Amino acid sequence: MGIEPDSDGFFCIRRNALLIYYYFGTVLMQKPSFDLEGIIMKNIAFLLITFNLWITSLGVQAASLSMAFDADPVSLDPHEQLSEATLQLSHLVFDPLLRRNQSGIFEPRLASHWEQINPLTLRVYLREGVRFHSGNMLSADDIIFTILRLKRSPDFRAMFNAIAGVKKIDALTVDISMHQQTPLILNILTYVFPMDSAFYKGRDAIVKFGETFASKNMSGTGPYILTQREPGVELIFKRFHKYWDHESKGNVDTIKFTPIRSDSTRLAALLSGDVDFIHPISPIDIPRIKRSPDIKFVSMPSTRILLLHMNQARRIEFRDQRVREAINLAINQSLIVEKILKGFGKAAGQLSVEQFSGHVKEIKPKYNLEKAKQLMKNAGYGEGFRISMMAPNNRYVNDEKISQAVVAMLAKINISVELKTLPKAQYFQEFDNRSADLMMIGWQSDTNDSNNLFEFLIACTDQNTGLGAYNASSYCNAKIDDRIRAANIEMNAERRTQLLQEIEIILEEESAIVPLLWQSLSWGAKQNFKIENIVNERNFPYLGDLVVE
Amino acid sequence: MFRFLIRRFIQALIVMIVISIISFLVQGRLGDPVHQMVGQSVTLEERKQIRDELGLNDSLFDQYIRFAKKAVRGDLGVSYYYKEPALDVILRKLPATLELSFSAIVLIIIIAIPCGVIAAIKPKSILARTLMFFSTIGLSVPIFIIAIFLVYFFSVEWQIAPSFGRGETEVIFSFWETGFTTWDGIKHLFLPSLSLALALMPLFVRLIRSEMMEVLQSEYIKFAWAKGLSPMRIYFIHALKNTLLPIITVAGIQTGTLVAYTILTETIFQWPGMGFLFWDAISRVDTPLISAYLMVVGAMFVITNTLVDLIYGLVNPTVRLSSHGL
Repeated sequence: MGIEPDSDGFFCIRRNALLIYYYFGTVLMQKPSFDLEGIIMKNIAFLLITFNLWITSLGVQAASLSMAFDADPVSLDPHEQLSEATLQLSHLVFDPLLRRNQSGIFEPRLASHWEQINPLTLRVYLREGVRFHSGNMLSADDIIFTILRLKRSPDFRAMFNAIAGVKKIDALTVDISMHQQTPLILNILTYVFPMDSAFYKGRDAIVKFGETFASKNMSGTGPYILTQREPGVELIFKRFHKYWDHESKGNVDTIKFTPIRSDSTRLAALLSGDVDFIHPISPIDIPRIKRSPDIKFVSMPSTRILLLHMNQARRIEFRDQRVREAINLAINQSLIVEKILKGFGKAAGQLSVEQFSGHVKEIKPKYNLEKAKQLMKNAGYGEGFRISMMAPNNRYVNDEKISQAVVAMLAKINISVELKTLPKAQYFQEFDNRSADLMMIGWQSDTNDSNNLFEFLIACTDQNTGLGAYNASSYCNAKIDDRIRAANIEMNAERRTQLLQEIEIILEEESAIVPLLWQSLSWGAKQNFKIENIVNERNFPYLGDLVVE
Repeated sequence: MFRFLIRRFIQALIVMIVISIISFLVQGRLGDPVHQMVGQSVTLEERKQIRDELGLNDSLFDQYIRFAKKAVRGDLGVSYYYKEPALDVILRKLPATLELSFSAIVLIIIIAIPCGVIAAIKPKSILARTLMFFSTIGLSVPIFIIAIFLVYFFSVEWQIAPSFGRGETEVIFSFWETGFTTWDGIKHLFLPSLSLALALMPLFVRLIRSEMMEVLQSEYIKFAWAKGLSPMRIYFIHALKNTLLPIITVAGIQTGTLVAYTILTETIFQWPGMGFLFWDAISRVDTPLISAYLMVVGAMFVITNTLVDLIYGLVNPTVRLSSHGL
């Protein structure tokens, strides 16, 4: 907490004392005769003293950071689970080949640059002089090792199936070949956090429920070394002093990461000064945090969409487009955002968030109760009907309250909803079984692209390809599936955007689903922690670059 | 005495078997552990395969037999999340919980006994009425609200006590991680132990008061007054000693409540003990850890109740274990 003197600073003072001693030593012991060596030594010593004093005064003061997030990584193996906590850890201890900056532009990290040498091959040039924590140097072999391992990981292979193979060109160059043209190859490469192949070799098994070498040991190139871990209690990181990125202004030397599950405890920890940086903040606490002059609040819309699936296989009523449209019109997304999320979210009329290429500006969330009632009457359901609904109660921000609001809104068009909310551990089992007529789901696109949303949530369910795995509506439209496939190999950005936007337009026309909202991410920190520069919409704070004043 | 212990041991075994069966029946309803461990893009097929590897698709009976066979050898399974034997994880967290409970009990003793006695001696005084008023509030307000108030005032507003965690700890006797030896550790203990104590204190204040009032009416106290003994001696030696018997019984039964409240307190204060571990294990559907916790807590119940029965005999020698139907 706060700023402490750098241990190096102390070392510098001792070194200066030695040099001063040496300087005066040579002056006093100088023989009267001409002594070239003595004079040179004396002057060098003098220069060194001045230089050292200058460096010490210039040196940025190292700071320590104590942070509390809601979850800690399940394992130290970066490939065991594709989750936010694992990726947050990866950004601390490992480095990606490339990453997105705050405006969404790719930023070279371990890959210094890259080029498409033919439609199916991407050449990646690695940065020189990058060292792993073990002392090994980063080379092409590590990239090959890592990508092959990702292809073996149950969680990551769905994404890495697009990559056919990796070939070493020289020590710092690799060719990545693809099965077919892959417009999202760079998005996929943001998940490549090179692992130290010499360190892990022969003990690189990925096991979900069990202890492995990789789940307990790490060697990456990242800005921090994990020095201590007690699962569920704390993780302690120390800065890696041979980190390659000398341009980074980050000055945090030690990080103490504490997972705190309860929202109120986490907030109290920040307000009482026990921690410096927290995430997330519950919407009802936002006014409280804004009242504190010493605390800053940073919020950013995320890309996670919250939606409802209307199961057409379970309910004949949902096969009528008029009913689906009536439900869409009866639910007032803006009101939910305003009243339940206190404005910390964005009402959605489609799946793709603004920064995704599939986003269609013209599609806005619509609310028209009169028209909804009319549509219900036209469809022959003026008297309404009863349906069941399920939602999680600890997965998304205020998920239970949002589902209760939906129930109240649907009551206005005479649809009486029997709602059951469950903890996430039980909910997703029910979701897999499609246990209710109306089911809530949130989805964050791993590739930061619309097509990932469509593939999992909208595509016709296909057990073999895994497409439509989370499509709980049984909605199936060949026109959409064709476009999903086409967009997967379309290299022309403009045509690809058009394909994705067409999907959104069809979804809106047919009222296939009920988009609700995009959640906002929120962080709180003490004023002197410049977190606003290092947080991003995926919630992978680049703590290596964090500046503390 | 020896026969008593043997009988207790057999009873304990039966209790443990019942607990293990119940904990197993509950598991099926907690959710799917595999879903907690995989990312969103893992297919149903692959998840089924992982479940097969873990033996989760076998019948509950087969799973129970497998579990019981290992449990007999002291192996309660490997935690999914900690990737270590569940029993080791729990035993590592045990000191934190025991230290928290111990501090709470100490607080209860040093606060509840004087308060109860004072309230009994002068039941109509303002002090006694105030005490009774607060004990009513304490009984009716849930612990998490009290805890949140404590955190709000002591940590957020006045910033005199840390709001979460155990602080600095030291390892003593090479296995016991203690927070008692450092000032930071004691500071961290303050709020959690106070709120845990406040949850149970009102009951004891009221109990001591009513028992004490009854005892003060008895003949031998009147005789003691007549003998001219000092009031302190009458209240705190003669009267208090005879009110202790029912209180010890209630205290033994309240161990269960104490364990239940440690789960709440530890969750609120992020106290890295067994209760917090259990709470976390439920949300992660870490079934081996859940069963192991229930078994350990069950064992602790049996042990404390045995101890209570033994103390019984010490406090009141007229109570003989054999006549106790034990």
